[in-house]
Amino acid sequence: MPDKMHVKLNVNGEDHEFLAEPRELLIYALREKLNITGPHVGCETSHCGACTVTLNGKSVKSCTVFVAQANGSEINTVEGLGSPDAMHVLQENFREHHGLQCGFCTPGMITRASKLLEEIPNPTEEEVRFGMAGNICRCTGYQNIVKSILSAAAEMNAAKEAAQ
Amino acid sequence: MNDLTPDRDERVANLKGMGCSRKRVEDARFTQGKGNYVDDVKMPGMLHGDFVRSPYAHARVKSINIDAAMALDGVVAVLTAKDLEPLSLHWMPTLAGDKQMVLADGKVLFQGQEVAFVVARDRYVAADAVELVEVDYEELPVLVDPFKSLASDVVLREDLEPGAPGAHGPRKHHNHIFHWEAGDLEATEQVIENAEVVAEESMYYHRTHPCPLETCGAVASMDKVNGKLTVYGTFQAPHVVRTVASLLSGIEEHNIRVVSPDIGGGFGNKVGVYPGYVCAIVASIVTGVPVKWIEDRMENLMSTAFARDYWMKGKISATKDGKITGLHCQVTADHGAFDACADPTKFPAGFMNICTGSYDIPVAYLGVDGVYTNKAPGGVSYRCSFRVTEAVYFIERMIEVLAIELNMDAAELRRINFIKKEQFPYTAALGWEYDSGDYHTAWDKALKAVDYEGLRKEQAERVEAFKRGETRKLMGVGLSFFTEIVGAGPVKNCDILGMGMFDSCEIRIHPTGSAIARLGTISQGQGHATTFAQILATEIGLPADSITIEEGDTDTAPYGLGTYGSRSTPVAGAATAMAGRKIRAKAQMIAAYLLEVHDNDVEFDVDRFVVKGAPERFKTMKDIAYAAYHQAIPGLEPGLEAVSYYDPPNMTYPFGAYVCVMDIDVDTGVPEIRRFYALDDCGTRINPMVIEGQIHGGLTEALAVALGQEIAYDDMGNVKNATLMDFFLPTAWEVPNYETDFTVTPSPHHPIGAKGVGESPHVGGVPCFSNAVQDAFRPFGLRHTNMPHDHWRIWQTANNLGLHD
Repeated sequence: MPDKMHVKLNVNGEDHEFLAEPRELLIYALREKLNITGPHVGCETSHCGACTVTLNGKSVKSCTVFVAQANGSEINTVEGLGSPDAMHVLQENFREHHGLQCGFCTPGMITRASKLLEEIPNPTEEEVRFGMAGNICRCTGYQNIVKSILSAAAEMNAAKEAAQ
Repeated sequence: MNDLTPDRDERVANLKGMGCSRKRVEDARFTQGKGNYVDDVKMPGMLHGDFVRSPYAHARVKSINIDAAMALDGVVAVLTAKDLEPLSLHWMPTLAGDKQMVLADGKVLFQGQEVAFVVARDRYVAADAVELVEVDYEELPVLVDPFKSLASDVVLREDLEPGAPGAHGPRKHHNHIFHWEAGDLEATEQVIENAEVVAEESMYYHRTHPCPLETCGAVASMDKVNGKLTVYGTFQAPHVVRTVASLLSGIEEHNIRVVSPDIGGGFGNKVGVYPGYVCAIVASIVTGVPVKWIEDRMENLMSTAFARDYWMKGKISATKDGKITGLHCQVTADHGAFDACADPTKFPAGFMNICTGSYDIPVAYLGVDGVYTNKAPGGVSYRCSFRVTEAVYFIERMIEVLAIELNMDAAELRRINFIKKEQFPYTAALGWEYDSGDYHTAWDKALKAVDYEGLRKEQAERVEAFKRGETRKLMGVGLSFFTEIVGAGPVKNCDILGMGMFDSCEIRIHPTGSAIARLGTISQGQGHATTFAQILATEIGLPADSITIEEGDTDTAPYGLGTYGSRSTPVAGAATAMAGRKIRAKAQMIAAYLLEVHDNDVEFDVDRFVVKGAPERFKTMKDIAYAAYHQAIPGLEPGLEAVSYYDPPNMTYPFGAYVCVMDIDVDTGVPEIRRFYALDDCGTRINPMVIEGQIHGGLTEALAVALGQEIAYDDMGNVKNATLMDFFLPTAWEVPNYETDFTVTPSPHHPIGAKGVGESPHVGGVPCFSNAVQDAFRPFGLRHTNMPHDHWRIWQTANNLGLHD
């Protein structure tokens, strides 16, 4: 049994400290130690994207990051995006455009989409499809996911313009 | 009505009932990461289970040494078949009448088979301990080809008495499972022998896997104080799981609570009962604390629930002008090591006998032989009613092959053979009674929408341009017209483990005019909480937003057979409407009493009962609900509740017309989907938004299966596609935008005329994508090539036809 290490993470703006084996995967630390169960495990090989979180400003698959590697970092998950009273524009648009069915990929999908819209605030359909290709959905066939993201982008851009 | 009464349209709109694209009530929690899937279930003191699995496809298990594993800190138990044997749980019955090892009993029969179950403090310790269990194997000859298996001296199932009949009659060989047939063999052979034109083809519908994004799993908790067992799990049929768990464990059924929480996609993968569920339950009974078992992706692809693996040999006969006269189909079905197909008991090959498709074929014969091999058990219906994808692929390929034989346009060949509108209800040569259809209208609408003639012209021009060396891309026009058979089913001929395939709905109206309805089904993404409330809203006149739908908890929901085979809307949807009508019947009596008229003098109007001829005198359903609980009404019990168990008189037969336009680069083998048009007729449409979503998803799973997804084995029985690196799941990048369309031909026997839709796009989609690929090469002499049409195989097809010279 390897020695446990002291891990500090800031998740969705909140500081956490805990002991973990260095080999523990970030996804399990989030889900089992911190009860952040939005990100899911779909493959454990970085293919499906259900576990997507934002780690220090970048989209990562948390099923292939050791918690030791994440030590000291800032992490954002779907839980940090909106609240029941004020859902994030992406969350609202996924609902509006039927961008989800079983919901298992959705937290990773929305977390990735939020990052994508920071990287490319006004994406084309092709850019959305390419930028979301690391996240697999088995239910929707993506058509409505793409629609949801494009619609959210338009809404966010309109809000930005109105604010200027 | 009075001046304050909103007009009818407004009242209808307020209900958000049938026909409305109501936004989903599930989405608030799913989009915020607040779903509750089985791996989210946590219980105090919970342990984790993990399997030692066989690396060999066929081997004798000489010994299992668990000492090192047990010595590891944090390991609580290691179960082997020897531990399960005293409980008679080392084997379990399958849904197909066979039995399956829960843990290896003397030998292993497929790679990935469960050998021992480790229970430990957490998933990491469990995985470490799995590595420490020492198993001594002696390799045995491996059979992965069903034809070789049927000719081999090697006995796969030593537990079965040689020569003894199986669950479906006599067995021809020690590796043979069953022979099943439908239709008239002699008449069919005669017609084919004397036919003007006969087309023959052999095709292999490859083995694949439903692969929902969430794998299978369970959390079992045996409360020894109260004697109550609770099992959370990925169950598409929770009530059946409870009954099976009771029969296997001896725990009385009222002491077992099975809960399907949110399910991350099923597609057939979560219908069966797997060794993981059994081991989690036994481990909880043994340890006295909750035990969680969650499959990883590799285990999922290797061990639970494959689909397809049908070798189909067809003969189709016709007159010179293309009128089909007979159809013969012989199937060799590879069922793997145990017959664990999830089909109604009397149908070991599912509804494969729908293989005459949408065509008026006078005589037909189908024979199916099930065979054991050293491959994983399963044979589930992956996004289709029982074996219907196989049937529709078969007939839609046979039509194309016949069109080639006749040198005829495949769209026209379909048109002249469709069952005509006036022939419904139509009894097919293989026995099914199709409830309703209007195939010609759907076909004409589809062909017109895509400008079919224009496409064929363009395709011919492309062939000429290709021959002139001006392009390296060919164009394929894929067609399919499918008829599904869903909604199993009438109890008289459909059961699972003896339990009739009815379904149920129980409604309670609350005093303030809101309601809860519970069903025997379970959503895995289909949106039941949204759409079943819509059925009720229309039936009982309360807003859908005021109706909670609950499923999946066997302690509260009425017994039902679950969600698969597109049966939720046809069966539980019907139960919902019928229970709603019982509510309405009582409401009518209450309204009449309140309005001081005779029962027959009031009529239902959207959200109220009105006095006939005096609409200003009315009681809304809300008023009636209140009265049901607050007023003593002579001759009536208080309260407003109803329950319906619905046994459908027949299946429903959704159908559709699909066209795919594809450009294929002959040098890279890459197919590019330019256009996909899907017309679906699922009868009455409950929520068009949800229907369209189902169609997009089903088509994408069809794209996957047709263009690359497979579970393949090498000669040693090693699974070649056991991770998502090798198992094709399309991403947003590979998937086109689909055009959806519809016609509406209600089911005449269903209370609201709905037929079910979730699986149609998969059933119709696979042959459509496949036909598009094959059609591109038809001008160069291709007759048939097997799926999956991945880039390499398409390249090979082009190469074999000499297109690279």
